[in-house]
Amino acid sequence: MKTWKEVPPGAVITEPGSSRKFKTGSWRAFRPKWIPENCIQCLFCWIYCPDMSVKVKDGKRTEFDYDYCKGCGICALECPGKKGNKAIVMEEEGK
Amino acid sequence: MHRKVAANGNEAIANAMRIANPDVCGAYPITPATEIMQRFTTFVSNGKVKTEMVLAESEHSAMSACIGAAAAGGRVATATSSQGMALMWEMLFIASGLRLPIVMGMANRALSAPINIHGDHSDGMGARDCGWIHLYCENAQEAFDNMLMAFKLAEHMDVRLPVMVGMDGFITSHAIQTMEWIDDETAANFIGEYKSTNPLLDIKNPVSYGPLILADLYMEYRKAQEHVMSGVPKVVLDIAKEFEQISGRKYGLFEEYRLDDAEVAIVVMSSAAGTTKEIIDQFREKGIKVGLLKPRLFRPFPYAEVGEALKHLKAVAVLDRADCFGGSHGPLYVDIASALYNYAQRPVLINKIFGLGGRDYMPDHAEYVINELLQITKDGKVKSVKEYIGVRE
Ligand code: SF4
Ligand code: SF4
Repeated sequence: MKTWKEVPPGAVITEPGSSRKFKTGSWRAFRPKWIPENCIQCLFCWIYCPDMSVKVKDGKRTEFDYDYCKGCGICALECPGKKGNKAIVMEEEGK
Repeated sequence: MHRKVAANGNEAIANAMRIANPDVCGAYPITPATEIMQRFTTFVSNGKVKTEMVLAESEHSAMSACIGAAAAGGRVATATSSQGMALMWEMLFIASGLRLPIVMGMANRALSAPINIHGDHSDGMGARDCGWIHLYCENAQEAFDNMLMAFKLAEHMDVRLPVMVGMDGFITSHAIQTMEWIDDETAANFIGEYKSTNPLLDIKNPVSYGPLILADLYMEYRKAQEHVMSGVPKVVLDIAKEFEQISGRKYGLFEEYRLDDAEVAIVVMSSAAGTTKEIIDQFREKGIKVGLLKPRLFRPFPYAEVGEALKHLKAVAVLDRADCFGGSHGPLYVDIASALYNYAQRPVLINKIFGLGGRDYMPDHAEYVINELLQITKDGKVKSVKEYIGVRE
């Protein structure tokens, strides 16, 4: 931890991308679970995620990034799934 | 070439801003500071400055625009008064916490309610603890000089803090006085080129402003800010010395008028100091040893220096042009009392509240206060520590 003599003036962050070091995933009380067989690859989850915790590779949705996912549940709410079966469900952490 | 002119305080501040040529100016009009921006926007329209004017929808937005522009890396200035200052209040702390060297002219005016457009210090005093540097001016000349010095002070690499420059609304902002300009080139060279620190617009070196700082680090940032503030008086004096070279005018942290050998003294800020000096001269002619201390740098308050300057006196009256409702005394009194408390031998201190809402401060008020101080030195009796003067009983 920095002392008062070491903190940068005005709390300005001069290191680009340093928010990567701050793993907000530890805030999570509920964990989104991806069910690939119900997924239609619409990428709504990717668009709606207020973080960047839905990873996309080659235009396809892949696993969640649990280092940063705060468990807000927006992706699960927006997910249309397949034939009424959600491709994202929220599960309580630690259960 | 130094030109003697007839000008008012608003004109003085507007011209100092013209010389500083800010990159951005976010503003919203309010009496009695309106004329500052009115004159300044004329300079913008006439191409005398290259400033980008942001005419905001409120003072809160005006200060927000100033903050954004300063973080972006520009020299930034604005002006306000009274309710405008009150509406900016939230943003004032953000400007100082982010260490943005914004310069603001302030025509000090009373606060509502009841609504009143005239001069007193309620606005500045309300913002005294917001982390800005405060300079107060007696007249238009000081308003011009302090505003020029304010840019250099705010932008100094050891400071990087916002500065507000206060003068009495109407009394100084609108009354035409004799003053002296400093030619543009000399004054502009004195202020110097603007150097930005961590500009947001430097896209090769991306930075973030305004992160969340919680209990694990907030105190360290506050202590760091307090530390920077404590170094301000030295820079104020260095800049004043440099300013004397171009103007011939001397400035300190405060002005001492016939104080050295005085036995009693008045402490008063801004325009009322002029009237007080006049009366002090009259007492001096009768051989009565009276003096004056006029604070200039009000924040950070130079406690040690003020204490040293006042400790030898027998009795001191602190005149406040604002009151603290529910607090025991006026804001200036509280600071003077703090400056003197640790001396074993210290003057008797009394507090007068005067001039609220533009009520005239008359020569006989100064006379009344000095006579009371003299009576205290004779019989040691204090009839009341705090009193409103110039009020109908
Ligand atoms: S729960 Fe919230 S943060 Fe996590 S992936 Fe879904 S939308 Fe993003
Ligand atoms: S919103 Fe649901 S269906 Fe669409 S891509 Fe995401 S998980 Fe798959």
